[in-house]
Amino acid sequence: MVQFLAQTFVNGINVGALYGLAAVGLSLIFGVMRILNVAHGEFLMVGGYIGFWLFKLYGVDPFVGLPLVGIFLFLIGIVFYKVVFSRVAKFHEEVKLKNSLLIAFGLYLIFPQIAMVLWTADERAISPAYSGQAFDLLGVRFGYVPLAGVCIAIIVILAMYLFLTKTYFGKSLRGTAESWKAAKLSGIHIEWTFMITFGLGISLAGIAGVLIALTQELTPFMGMPWTLKALIVVVLAGMGSIVGAFVAGLILGIVEAVSAIFMGPYTIAIGLLIFLIILVLRPQGLFGRA
Amino acid sequence: MPKNWKSFFIFGGIIALLAMLPLFTNRSDVLTWSCLTLQYILLSQSWNIIGGYAGQVNLGHAAFFGLGALTTRYLWLAGLPFPASLLSGAFIATVFALLIGIPAFRLRGIYFVIGTLVLAEILKVVIDTRFPVASVLPVETLLTYSLLPRYYLSLMGAVLSVIAVYFISRSRLGLGMMAIREDEDAARTSGVNILQNKLIAFAISTFLAGLAGGIFAFYMVAIQPGYVFSPIWTFDSVVIVFVGGIGTLIGPIIGSVFFVLLKQWLSLHLPGGLHLAVFGVLFILVVLYMPDGFIEAIRRYGKMVTLGRKPMVQGG
Repeated sequence: MVQFLAQTFVNGINVGALYGLAAVGLSLIFGVMRILNVAHGEFLMVGGYIGFWLFKLYGVDPFVGLPLVGIFLFLIGIVFYKVVFSRVAKFHEEVKLKNSLLIAFGLYLIFPQIAMVLWTADERAISPAYSGQAFDLLGVRFGYVPLAGVCIAIIVILAMYLFLTKTYFGKSLRGTAESWKAAKLSGIHIEWTFMITFGLGISLAGIAGVLIALTQELTPFMGMPWTLKALIVVVLAGMGSIVGAFVAGLILGIVEAVSAIFMGPYTIAIGLLIFLIILVLRPQGLFGRA
Repeated sequence: MPKNWKSFFIFGGIIALLAMLPLFTNRSDVLTWSCLTLQYILLSQSWNIIGGYAGQVNLGHAAFFGLGALTTRYLWLAGLPFPASLLSGAFIATVFALLIGIPAFRLRGIYFVIGTLVLAEILKVVIDTRFPVASVLPVETLLTYSLLPRYYLSLMGAVLSVIAVYFISRSRLGLGMMAIREDEDAARTSGVNILQNKLIAFAISTFLAGLAGGIFAFYMVAIQPGYVFSPIWTFDSVVIVFVGGIGTLIGPIIGSVFFVLLKQWLSLHLPGGLHLAVFGVLFILVVLYMPDGFIEAIRRYGKMVTLGRKPMVQGG
């Protein structure tokens, strides 16, 4: 029984770390730019498929391909920022939020259809030779791939955290998050900051996508479910909190894994319901400031 | 309203023409498209009330459409007379809206958007799990299946929704809603009961959405219960309302006609679901370059096709 619970816990952490990683990019973009990108999951899907292509067509190991996908998605993010989101980035807060939401929503209509053409509706997965291997510790099974996923998620998020708090550019990002007008007055290049932020957020989504493709299946329609997950995590954590997003991701993963024992197929509904209750009782998030 | 007699005349004329449509043609494709267009008018107008007039971007609209559809379908197939089933479907959708409305309207702005999106998703997951089997009309109903009653029902629904939006846009209630849309705090200060106004808007909106669902359930031969809760219904309504012109009476009508025609045309000429991608691009272009929708573009070129006074156009 204890082993079973511990195993559930470990599984929850494996999934939760991916939730956290998926959410951090969304949180970053929202925190700095006040743009709610409901197409976040779509970029995540693209990242997963690029990783799949690298692996399938060129035999690139997914963990080697990870930085490549990150860089590629960063560029895609910049392109999308330049072409569409930059046009709404400097509107008044509420108008910007609404219009960016609608644009992202348009992207959500486009991406799965294009993905259907490029990769067909079949379920894909990145499955290198070592993907099923695991080791036992006190009767609890640890898969190498999920474990590596958790480690990478932690490393990426720590790197993000250090980047935001210790570097000059990171500080200018956070300054922009407080007030882009004030940041601009103090000589921060806003256009650049926005562009890099968006690229970074999308790049994080891509990395999460590859890690997801290693443990779960890829489909053209996985975008919206993952956007919802990321949204839940971000709202749980409080908009714009990076480390909080990771912790909230872990919490959601564990809650889902544990409730799966009792609720079976209704697990997703439980996760969503808990989220709604927290949203109503504590709209600023568990880790957010009131 | 002597000033508006001309508009009423036009409106009545259009309804009469639409009512006589089956006399002119018995091509089933024309009737099917008209049916779909009218149903989309009903659904998009219902979203227009909460999203366009009250300014609450409700991304959980599919939940109410689905509740209406599923309730109507099961009651009807269980033997209840159809009109009673239809009304119960709309009623259930409204009751659900009022139940969740009170906590949901504690959320403002972006949190309301996310909350409603998630709520619809919960319902979809539960329904998918609970009712995994598609509901198909029984053989005896299929044998007598005819498009005509479906067409007239859709027409009635669409007319009802247009009338509802017309009266809302000219009532004290509608003014309250628009005040909330423009600035909630200012509206409260000027004595608008925020929660009450939002709840009434939500109730009317979801009643019409439930009605749209019920008519759809009557129209379709086979229905997958999870499908009527799919976010696609929300997104279709949102796209139609924005492309046509949000917060206007005519916008959703233009949007629906355009949407159905383009969708049919594109799905004939493009493989798979690619027409959705075209809609996505179109939608982004409208949001970026035409924030008030087609209605504004038409107005700008001097071809006024509006009913009554100038439509209420929301600032982008």
